[in-house]
Amino acid sequence: MEFLRPATWEEALAVKAQHPSAVPIAGGTDVMVDLNFDRHRPDALLDLNRIHELHTWQIADDDTVRLGASVPYSKIIDALPDRLPGLALGARTVGSPQIRNRGSVGGNLGGASPAGDAHPPLLASGATVEAASVRGTRLIPIDDFYLGVKRNALEPDELIRAIHIPSATGPQQFAKVGTRNAMVIAVCSFAVALHPRARDVRTGIGSAAPTPRRASEAEAFIRAELDDTGLWTSAGELPLSTAKRFGELVARAAAPIDDVRGSAAYRRHALAVMARRTLLWTWNDHRATGRAAA
Amino acid sequence: MAALTKPKNLQDVAAPGRDGVGASPLRPDGILKVKGDFAYSSDLWHEDMLWGMALRSPHARARILSVDVSAALAQPGVYAVLTHEDIPGSKFYGLEIRDQPVLAIDEVRFHGEPIVIVAADHPETARRAIAKIVVEYDVLPSIGPVEALDPERYGYVHAPADYKAHAFGNIVHSQHIHHGDGDSAEVRALADVIVRGEYEVGMQDQAFLGPESGLAVPAEDGGIDLYIATQWLHVDRQQMCPVLGLPPEKVRLTLAGVGGAFGGREDISMQVHACLLAQHTGKPVKIVYNREESFFGHVHRHPATMVFEHGATRDGRLVFVKAEIVLDGGAYASTSPAVVGNAASLGIGPYVIPHAAVDATAVYTNNPPCGAMRGFGAVQMCFGYETQMDRLAAELGLDPVELRRMNAMEQGSVLPTGQVVDAPAPVAELLRRVKEMPLPEVENWRTADGPDVRELPGGLSNTTHGEGVVRGIGYAVGIKNVGFSEGFDDYSTARVRLEVIGGAPVALVHTAMAEVGQGGITVHAQIVRTELGVDQVTMAPADTRVGSAGSTSASRQTYMTGGAVKQAAEAVRAVVLARGRDRYGWAPAFAAGLRLAGGKALTAAGEVVADLVDLLGDEPVDETTEFRHRPTEAFDKVTGQGFGHVQYTFCAHRAVVDVDVELGLVKVIELAAAQDVGKAINPLAVVGQIHGGSTQGLGLAVMEEIIVRDGKVRNPSFTDYLIPTILDTPPMPVDVLELADAHAPYGLRGAGEAPTLSSTPAIVAAIRAATGLPLNRVPVRPEHLTGT
Ligand SMILES: Cc1cc2nc3c(=O)[nH]c(=O)nc-3n(C[C@H](O)[C@H](O)[C@H](O)COP(=O)(O)OP(=O)(O)OC[C@H]3O[C@@H](n4cnc5c(N)ncnc54)[C@H](O)[C@@H]3O)c2cc1C
Repeated sequence: MEFLRPATWEEALAVKAQHPSAVPIAGGTDVMVDLNFDRHRPDALLDLNRIHELHTWQIADDDTVRLGASVPYSKIIDALPDRLPGLALGARTVGSPQIRNRGSVGGNLGGASPAGDAHPPLLASGATVEAASVRGTRLIPIDDFYLGVKRNALEPDELIRAIHIPSATGPQQFAKVGTRNAMVIAVCSFAVALHPRARDVRTGIGSAAPTPRRASEAEAFIRAELDDTGLWTSAGELPLSTAKRFGELVARAAAPIDDVRGSAAYRRHALAVMARRTLLWTWNDHRATGRAAA
Repeated sequence: MAALTKPKNLQDVAAPGRDGVGASPLRPDGILKVKGDFAYSSDLWHEDMLWGMALRSPHARARILSVDVSAALAQPGVYAVLTHEDIPGSKFYGLEIRDQPVLAIDEVRFHGEPIVIVAADHPETARRAIAKIVVEYDVLPSIGPVEALDPERYGYVHAPADYKAHAFGNIVHSQHIHHGDGDSAEVRALADVIVRGEYEVGMQDQAFLGPESGLAVPAEDGGIDLYIATQWLHVDRQQMCPVLGLPPEKVRLTLAGVGGAFGGREDISMQVHACLLAQHTGKPVKIVYNREESFFGHVHRHPATMVFEHGATRDGRLVFVKAEIVLDGGAYASTSPAVVGNAASLGIGPYVIPHAAVDATAVYTNNPPCGAMRGFGAVQMCFGYETQMDRLAAELGLDPVELRRMNAMEQGSVLPTGQVVDAPAPVAELLRRVKEMPLPEVENWRTADGPDVRELPGGLSNTTHGEGVVRGIGYAVGIKNVGFSEGFDDYSTARVRLEVIGGAPVALVHTAMAEVGQGGITVHAQIVRTELGVDQVTMAPADTRVGSAGSTSASRQTYMTGGAVKQAAEAVRAVVLARGRDRYGWAPAFAAGLRLAGGKALTAAGEVVADLVDLLGDEPVDETTEFRHRPTEAFDKVTGQGFGHVQYTFCAHRAVVDVDVELGLVKVIELAAAQDVGKAINPLAVVGQIHGGSTQGLGLAVMEEIIVRDGKVRNPSFTDYLIPTILDTPPMPVDVLELADAHAPYGLRGAGEAPTLSSTPAIVAAIRAATGLPLNRVPVRPEHLTGT
C-alpha cells in the first residue's frame, strides 16, 4: 500500500488526480477501522494531515463559516458553539473524547454514512460542500450531496476542502437516540434550525433512511403554520398540537429499516418525539431571545 | 516459659507489619494498566515467530462437502495449513464432556466454528491464505432451543451415536429438585394466591477487553511451552495433552498478562491451535484474535427461558414454587452441566419455601456455545425469581422489600436441596441496609442554567430536557455458591518459600492461580505478610511447574488459593519456629505458641523473642501444600437432594432510575449494594468487585446482548454489542458486611459474582416502577418500553 503525503492543497489535488483510487485520510477514525477490520484494502492512502489549512476556519463577510474539512469535532465544540450551535450539539455526541479529537466533518461527509452525526445539522443549516479537483472547484449544496448508502456526490478526483455553513440566525437543536448514554452510533437522529430572518425552518434526519435527508413536508407544514398564525411576528406560544403534527410529518419522511440497532417502527416513533421536542425547544428559545431583545 | 537464650538486637514490634490482611494495598498491575504499560498476552513476541489464524464457518449448521487448501499452501510465507486430519492425537476436547472438535470434522455446528488453521510469517500473509481456502458447504436449517426439544422432527445437533448426547436427544444435562411436596395439588390448595410468569434472558458476553491470545514455543525435548491468557492453566493442559499426543510434563504453560476473563477463558480457545501449528512447523506461533473473532472464540452466558409459579398465603408467606428452566447450551457442552446444577439448586433464590419443584435443562443447539460467565446459572434465575417476588408483592398489596424479608433465608435455614445453611446468611439484613440508604436527589438534572442533559436519560445525545422523565426505584437480592460444587474435588496448591536476602526476610509465593484482574496476587502477598510477618513478598510467575490452583472462577480464588497460600505460610512458620528449638532451646509448646510479625517472633502477649532473620539463618524454608474446602456431594438425579455447595454468598441492590418513557431511554441514577463478604481481605478490592459486578449486571439489564438469528451472530463488535461506558455507570454506594464463615480461611466469603446477580433485576424493577410495564425479558430495549 502506498502512503502519499502531500504538503499542500495543490499537491493533494494533483496526487488525487493521478491516483483516483487513493483513499484520503483525515482523522482516520473511519479509514483505520475499515483497514483494521479488513473491509477495505486500498492500494494507496492519501494523508491530508500535513495540509494545515484544512484544520482552520474563516468567517466570511456574510457570516458564513468556511470550516476546513479536517477541523476536529472538539474544536467545533470549543470554538464555534455560538455560530454553529446545531453542529456543535451533533459534535458533542460523536464517539468519545479521543474520537472527537481526531474525527472531522470532512471525514463524516467523505464516509457519507446515514448515521453520521454531522449530517442532520448540516442539512438543517443549509450548508454547502466545497469540493475541488485539478479541474476546478464546485460548491455542492448539502441537499445534493448524499446519493445513497455511503455514497456521495464527489468525483473520483475530488477532495473536500471546506464546508460553508451559515452562522445561526436563530436557535438550532440536535437530538440523537442511542441505546447507551455515550459512545454510540445513532439509532436515529434529528436536527432542526430556525431561520427567523428568512422565516424558514429546516430539518435533517439521520440514520432513518438510506441517506441523511430533510423532512420536506414537515418543513412546509411548519413554515405555513408559522406564517398563517402570525407567530413569527407575535412570537407567541407554539401549540403542542402543531409540534405534534410536525413530529408526525418528520416520522413520515423517514424510510427506516429493522436492524440490530433498532426496529423501523421505533425509529419512526423516536423521530416523532425528538422532532416535537426539539421544535418546541427552538421555538421557546426563539421567543425568549426575542423577548430579551425587545 | 521464657527463652533460654535471649537473641540479640531485639526491638519491640508496635505494628504487626504493613499491608497485611484487612489492609488495602494497591495492586501492582493497576497503574500499568491505566497507563497502557501492562504487558498483555497479545504483546508476546518471539524471534522467528509465525502468526496463526483460523478459518471459521460462516454457517450455523452445514455439512462440509470439501475443503481445498492447495492455494493457501502454495502461497509464499505460509508454513502450515492444518485440518482435523493433521491432528496427532484426540480430535476432541471439552471441560466436562469431550464433544468439541479441535477443528470441524465433516460438519459445522455453530457460526464461527474453526475448520482450518494456518501459520504464516505475517498476519497479513495468514489472512490472505485463509481467504484462498475453498470450503464447500451443504447448509442445513439450524436448530434453536425450541427445535432442540423435538429432535424427531428437527434432528440432532450431534448425531445420535456421538458422545453422550445419544441417550438424551439434544439434552446436555438436566436437574430436577423436589422439595417438600413439590407443587402437588395439596400444596397448591394451601396457597391463597398463585403468580405465574414467563421470563427470558438474552445472551450476554463477557466482553473482556484483552482478546484471546498466546504464544506457543516448541522445545528441544519435543514438548511445548505455551504462554497464555487463561483462567486455569492445568485444565487447559489436561485438555490439550491428548490432542497434541504429549504427556503433561511436555506441555508447560505459563500465564501471560490477562485482560479480563469473567468465565470466557475457562474453555480453551486458541491454545491447541497455536500448539498444533508450533508442533507442525517447529517454530514459535503466536495467535491473537481480533475483536470480532473474540466474539466467536469464546463461550457466552446461557440465554434462558424460565417459567415460574409462586404460591403464597394472603399474609405473604411463600408456600411453593415451581420453576421450569431451559438454557440454550449452544453447539457444545462446555460447562452446561454445572450451569444447570446451579440454576436448579439456586433457582428459588435466598428464600425459605416449604415446597419446591424445579426443573433445569440445557440443550444442544446450533447457536454459539455457552458456558461460564460471572454468576454462572444464578444470574438468569435471579432475574426470574426476583421479578416474581415483585409481582407477588403487588398481588398481595405488600411492600416488595417486606415480602422478601418475611421469606428470607437465614443461618439454619434448609435449602430445597436439603442442605442446611451453616454459616451467616444475612439476607433480610442486606435488604434492610440498601433500603435505608439515603435516596439520591429527585430531578437532579435541574440547574439554574436549565437542564443538565448529562444527568438525563440520553445524556449528551440531548433527547430530553425533562420531558417524559419518570423516576423508579427497584430492589433485588440474590444467592450464589462459592467454589466448585456437586462433589468436585476442588483444591488449590501453593508454594511459599522464606529466606534471608540482603539481610532481610523475603517470601516467595508460587501458585498456578490465574490473575485475571481479580487482585489475587495482591491478596496472596497480604496473606503472607500477615502469616509470616514479613514486608517483602515476591510472586513467582504462575505456571504448571507447581500444582493446580483450580480456576479463577466461582468466586473461589481468595478462598481456595488464598487458603492454600495461608496453609503453606503456616507450614513455613511451623518450620521456622521449630528452628528456634535448636537455636534457642525453645520447648515445642513454647515455639508453637509464637507468632511472626514485623520480622520478629513474638509470644501471644506480644513479647519479642527472636528476630526472624536469625531464626531463619542461611537455609531457606520452602513448603508446598494443597488446600481443599470441605467436600460436597452430587445432587440426587431424581430429587436433587444433596450437600451440593460449600458456601453461599449474598448481595442486595437498590436501583434508582430515570426513564424517558416516551423514548424508552433509561438512565440509572444510582445503584446501591449491600453484600456480606465474611472478611474483607482487601476492602478496596472488595468494593471494586462489587462495583464491577453491579455494572456488568447493569449491562445485562439495559444493553448487553449477542443477537443471534437462525444461528447467525449479528453483532460481533463493540460497535453493536454495547457495554456500559463510564457515563452509563452511576454512583454505587456499597455497604460491606463482614459476618465470618467459620469454615473458610479468615472467615471470608467469595465476593466476585454475587453483585452480578441482583443488579439486573433491581434495575428492571425500577424501570417497571417508572413505566408500569411488565418487562419479562432482559436486556430491556427502547422498543420494549415504547411498544414499537
Ligand atoms: C469509536 C468510534 C466512535 C465513533 N462514533 C461516531 C459517532 O458517534 N458519530 C459519528 O458520526 N461518527 C462516529 N464515528 C465515525 C467517525 O469518527 C466519523 O465519521 C468522523 O467524522 C470521521 O472523520 P475522520 O476525519 O476521522 O475521517 P477519516 O476516517 O479520515 O475519513 C473518513 C472518510 O472520509 C474520506 N475523507 C476524509 N477527508 C476527506 C476529504 N477532505 N475529502 C474527501 N474525502 C475525505 C475518507 O477517505 C474516508 O472515506 C466513530 C468512529 C469510531 C472509531
